[in-house]
Amino acid sequence: MATEVSTDTVEEKIFDGLVELGTDRSALSREATLESIDVDSLDLVELAQIVEDEFGVELRGDDVKDVRTVGEVIELVVAKAG
Amino acid sequence: MSRRVVITGVGAVTPLGIGSDPLIERWSGGESGIADGAGRCREFDPLDFLAKKEARRLDRFAQMAIAAAEEALGQAGAGDGLPYEGHRVGCVIGTGIGGLPSLEEQQRKLIESGPKAVSPLAVPLMMGNAAAAAVAMRHDLHGHTYGVVSACAAGAHALGDAARIIRAGDADMVVAGGAEAAITGVATAAFAAMEATSPSGISRPFDARRDGFVMGEGAGVLILEEADAAAARGAEMLGEIRGYGATCDGFHLTAPQPEGLEAARAISLAIADAGLSATDVDYVNAHGTSTPLNDRSETMALKLALGERAADVPVSSTKSAIGHLLGAAGAVEAIATVEALRRRLAPPTLGWEEAEEGLDLDYVPDGARPLENGDGPLVAISNSFGFGGHNAVLCLAA
Repeated sequence: MATEVSTDTVEEKIFDGLVELGTDRSALSREATLESIDVDSLDLVELAQIVEDEFGVELRGDDVKDVRTVGEVIELVVAKAG
Repeated sequence: MSRRVVITGVGAVTPLGIGSDPLIERWSGGESGIADGAGRCREFDPLDFLAKKEARRLDRFAQMAIAAAEEALGQAGAGDGLPYEGHRVGCVIGTGIGGLPSLEEQQRKLIESGPKAVSPLAVPLMMGNAAAAAVAMRHDLHGHTYGVVSACAAGAHALGDAARIIRAGDADMVVAGGAEAAITGVATAAFAAMEATSPSGISRPFDARRDGFVMGEGAGVLILEEADAAAARGAEMLGEIRGYGATCDGFHLTAPQPEGLEAARAISLAIADAGLSATDVDYVNAHGTSTPLNDRSETMALKLALGERAADVPVSSTKSAIGHLLGAAGAVEAIATVEALRRRLAPPTLGWEEAEEGLDLDYVPDGARPLENGDGPLVAISNSFGFGGHNAVLCLAA
């Protein structure tokens, strides 16, 4: 059973996921750019796996190629789920 | 005048501890790093050397290579920046197996949860060139950079190839060595299935009771440098790679050619490449795996290559103290050899008690012994032989 999708639940999961991937939690915010927290294409694929496991939302490389900030990743997942 | 290759830094992660000093000092003091039938690097914590994110992108063998390279580059005075332009510095690091723990983990995910669960990091984690790639990326090395895969000869091949790259003029410095971390379920079962590993869990090379090798893990990295360039920048020269010989048995997938014919040829080639003769060899760091087959054929190879000198040259095996580090063995043992020469000491073959007919060399059974040859540099050969019949021999001086 996938977790209910809301901006808050997605944010929590993505923040947790990024910390798991090695990002410092204190550097995390919705405004933080992926570049500033050293998140690259490999991280995004891992993050997509976490999101899919949790929310049943599938993200492909094309979906995230123009994403610039953590907030945009969150919005993308919420939009895809809706 | 041909280019000479000197060693200006060494770094090791071994079952005897973190660093090249614990390796040589504990081994020479008769300590073994083997516990519960395996040579594990229990003191190694990747987070001592890598940020969490970097660490999770590297398999254990590559993490250990990073740690060994850190020590070696620091000793060479290149820890905070290279003394040469990046394109003049290469990186050649061998491994026998590569990222096997990662492969096994991803296989488990595939079986349990399906293909979508397999990590995008799987390939970079398990590829055999990962250690070389990671070290090069960390230190901005842009010269010849690759992994060497020749089973238990990989570390020695890496050093020999790296020396050739410098001699040929393609680099002024090469960060070279070997790394292995394959004490996993599959590898342990597989080596046991072929009866290569010791059922007793005891590494006692050249002893009549030896019953196979003990698996070990670790990494060894050496900084090789063109001698004139090293001298010009005032680097301390720890030793020299004088010669390199490589041959293949072309005989059997795993068993060595019983008379050690091609192993002997590799030894002779290394000595000749150094411009020396058998009588110049002061010490032999043997491959000495503790398997019935290797230790017999290696003894025959030494007799064949060294002639009368074989009867009185001290021969000892690092594997008696740390087990068999597979693709890292040749590099870690080259470090042990250079450090032994620098201390003018032949470390012992630990655990040796019972002679076997035909295995009658001086295996240094009773503790470390001084090496004497006046005040000049001492010369040693370091043997590495791998499944597939690969023979790689280094002639080292210090």
